[in-house]
Amino acid sequence: MLNIHLYMAQRLSALIMAPLTIGHIAVMIYAVQGGLTVDEILSRTQGSLSWFLFYGSFVLAVAVHAAIGVRVISFEWVGVKGRALNGLTWLVFAGLLWLGARAVYAVTFAGAGV
Amino acid sequence: MELLKGGYKVENEAKMTQDEPDMPNMKVSIWRESNGDGRFEQYDVPAQENQTVLDVVAYVQQEIDPTLSYRFACRVGMCGSCAMMVNGAPRWTCRTHVSKVLDGNQLEVAPLRNLPVIKDLAADMDPFFDKWVAAEAVFHPSATRHDPMAAITPDDPQRLAASDAIECINCAVCYAACDVVAANSDYFGPAALNRSWSLVNDSRDAGQDLRMAAVASNGGCFNCHSQQGCVQYCPNELNPTLSIAGLKRAATKNIFGRGR
Repeated sequence: MLNIHLYMAQRLSALIMAPLTIGHIAVMIYAVQGGLTVDEILSRTQGSLSWFLFYGSFVLAVAVHAAIGVRVISFEWVGVKGRALNGLTWLVFAGLLWLGARAVYAVTFAGAGV
Repeated sequence: MELLKGGYKVENEAKMTQDEPDMPNMKVSIWRESNGDGRFEQYDVPAQENQTVLDVVAYVQQEIDPTLSYRFACRVGMCGSCAMMVNGAPRWTCRTHVSKVLDGNQLEVAPLRNLPVIKDLAADMDPFFDKWVAAEAVFHPSATRHDPMAAITPDDPQRLAASDAIECINCAVCYAACDVVAANSDYFGPAALNRSWSLVNDSRDAGQDLRMAAVASNGGCFNCHSQQGCVQYCPNELNPTLSIAGLKRAATKNIFGRGR
């Protein structure tokens, strides 16, 4: 059920998420301490390739990591198997990627109303 | 002489009476199953100062119901035949003293978890050993009898790693203790992977590529959640979780082409 490819994908995505999460929390604390408003934050992130790559890679890593985690739980605890299990894994991956990509797009490119 | 003999006898009888006071019968529940129809049945078994769980099962079979089926061989913890679930935990019954596992006055004995039942307490070990083969936990010789003996020093790091895993008696206690096996019938389980790890560390073995592919497959080492039920219950105090961690490391290095 969990072969080396899925295992490595989950571990590597965790490896990516860990420093990005710490970076995100550090920036949040910095922004709150400095008293930045939403508009001031968005004016810094929108149009920034760096912030796009920062949150874009985080969203991608989350989608991979969580989809494999849900796959394991679904198999071991609910008994989902075979094609249904593969389908569920891809569905969770695509759903999280879609939701996250919308948020990243809104913060780094489009207006805040997206 | 008669007096001495008599004196000895009386003294001995007194000692026996002292060692084996009147103890209440134990309430023993034993799983009885035949053709897939199973239930616990209750038996009263005399308690002894010193007795193992296997003694209790043997008493029931010899004195109460000769149709009770169970498996044992050596009775000294070497053959791995007599493992059963005792009060819900997997144990080697020939080396498990009743006094250490008795719950009040109750003892519950059932066939090993995670394996099909043949009859009563005898579990079908086929799936367990089939998975040893699937995990490539078998030796692939690299030399013939005409070649010289392999020179392996006792302090060789690979030899030491193999030694840590090598005392497995194939009792399937770890397999019964493993929650991943319970949830995932494809998973090879701790014993098979522990054996694979001892062979990864055998420099005489010629089947390492096959073994790496097997342990990295869908039923392989990457399914282990490191819960360590196997470590907790292994009667020989082995650490299959550590062996599985070694396999994860070796298989990962292997796909990056950095050897094992």
